Amino acid sequence: MLAKRIVPCLDVMNGKVVKGVQFVNLKIEGDPPELAADYEEQGADEVVFLDITASHEMRDTTLEMVQKTADMISIPFTVGGGIRNITDIQNALSSGADKVSVNTAAVNNPKLVEESAAIFGSQCIVVAIDAKRVYVTEDLPDKTVVDTPKGKCWWEIYLMGGRKPTGLDALQWAKTVKELGAGELLPTSMDCDGVQCGYDLELTRAMSKITNLPIIASGGAGNLEHIYEVLTVGDADAALAASIFHRSQYSVGDVKKYLADKGVPMRLV
Amino acid sequence: MTIPNVAVVNYGVGNLRSISKGLEKSGANVVITHDPKQLLESDAIVLPGVGAFAPAIKNMLPITDVVAQALNNGKPIFGICLGLQLLFTKSSEGGSTDGLDFISGEVVKLPNTMKTPQMGWNTIDFAKSHPLLDGVKDHSYVYFVHSFYPQPADPNVVVTTTDYGVKFASMVAQKNLFATQFHPEKSSKTGLTMLRNFIQIVKR
Repeated sequence: MLAKRIVPCLDVMNGKVVKGVQFVNLKIEGDPPELAADYEEQGADEVVFLDITASHEMRDTTLEMVQKTADMISIPFTVGGGIRNITDIQNALSSGADKVSVNTAAVNNPKLVEESAAIFGSQCIVVAIDAKRVYVTEDLPDKTVVDTPKGKCWWEIYLMGGRKPTGLDALQWAKTVKELGAGELLPTSMDCDGVQCGYDLELTRAMSKITNLPIIASGGAGNLEHIYEVLTVGDADAALAASIFHRSQYSVGDVKKYLADKGVPMRLV
Repeated sequence: MTIPNVAVVNYGVGNLRSISKGLEKSGANVVITHDPKQLLESDAIVLPGVGAFAPAIKNMLPITDVVAQALNNGKPIFGICLGLQLLFTKSSEGGSTDGLDFISGEVVKLPNTMKTPQMGWNTIDFAKSHPLLDGVKDHSYVYFVHSFYPQPADPNVVVTTTDYGVKFASMVAQKNLFATQFHPEKSSKTGLTMLRNFIQIVKR
């Protein structure tokens, strides 16, 4: 049986792993290769390296750090942040990434998803979607409105690490990128990221249902129950988290043991 | 042969660094190549698991004879993911494309009742014992990323099976030919054990 995945995320700025609350107040937490190797040892199923330095380009220094990190681990490795074009994707893959995550560049140029999937294969194209709830009182003709315990809402896409609202519908976008060839989706809830109030379960569940693609849920993990919820009720295939692992609040092993005890299929090491 | 030379076939796209590093950690010298001469001189050939079926087959055309010759000469060959699929008679990926036909059988799409690609860690169930599995426990987790799977004509080539909406052959072996649908180089300690076993086979 396919196991659910626990995916620690390294938010990397100027070569150091950092973590902030809702994308601000960043604090340094360690070196990417060491942290990645430690996570593999703890039983991480995958590691995501998100370069938050360069929202404009994949710099050589970043690629060097990607390479050092990739060489330390034997589990899948996704690189995102600053991926703008096919060359950036090729460079990240040549440096040892198995998948790349595209966000802003895909929204600005959807053809990038189509072209990169055709060249490198859908399996290595992850589309990251930063989304925030917009509550409404009634259904809207041009938005995918979902009933949630807090009321009806749709999800708006944000760009530039959460700073720029777009007016675009995240669920419709998810469907579009699937058709363009995306192999996996990484929705981040901007309502909860860094403040640890739990993942947005309705967002991940709706996205999973609409696309039938593997979903890596991100944004909001504060405790073990949150992770359990998103992998069960939230229908996510993988849970990404940063703070709760970096601060050694829980080890990856603790999380997986807890989930396995509650009946979630897990690879235990 | 203290340190065997392993040639990793370069189809021109994707990440070949992980498999190369994995083989190096397992005790091999690695050359990433598309050159017939380097393939002939190598002690073993690895067909890696990146890209799509039709472009990879096309890319392999100039070296197909050399790889076939190596196979007939008893040189160990290891196919990973797409590299496994290329070994079969044909694939239904992107219509119908002929493969290398080293192993009889067809590569078909995973059932559409399941999320595709299958992405993540799934278990392998041993169908028989094999030197590649030395030190690996039955039902171990390994990492898969694929939308197609092989259907070997001869059940005797099946070494392990995996369930994903369908029970399929996740590792096959036929004489000096070995292949996995999963990625040993991405399967942490379990996968590295298999790569080390492969290098031990190459050294014999």
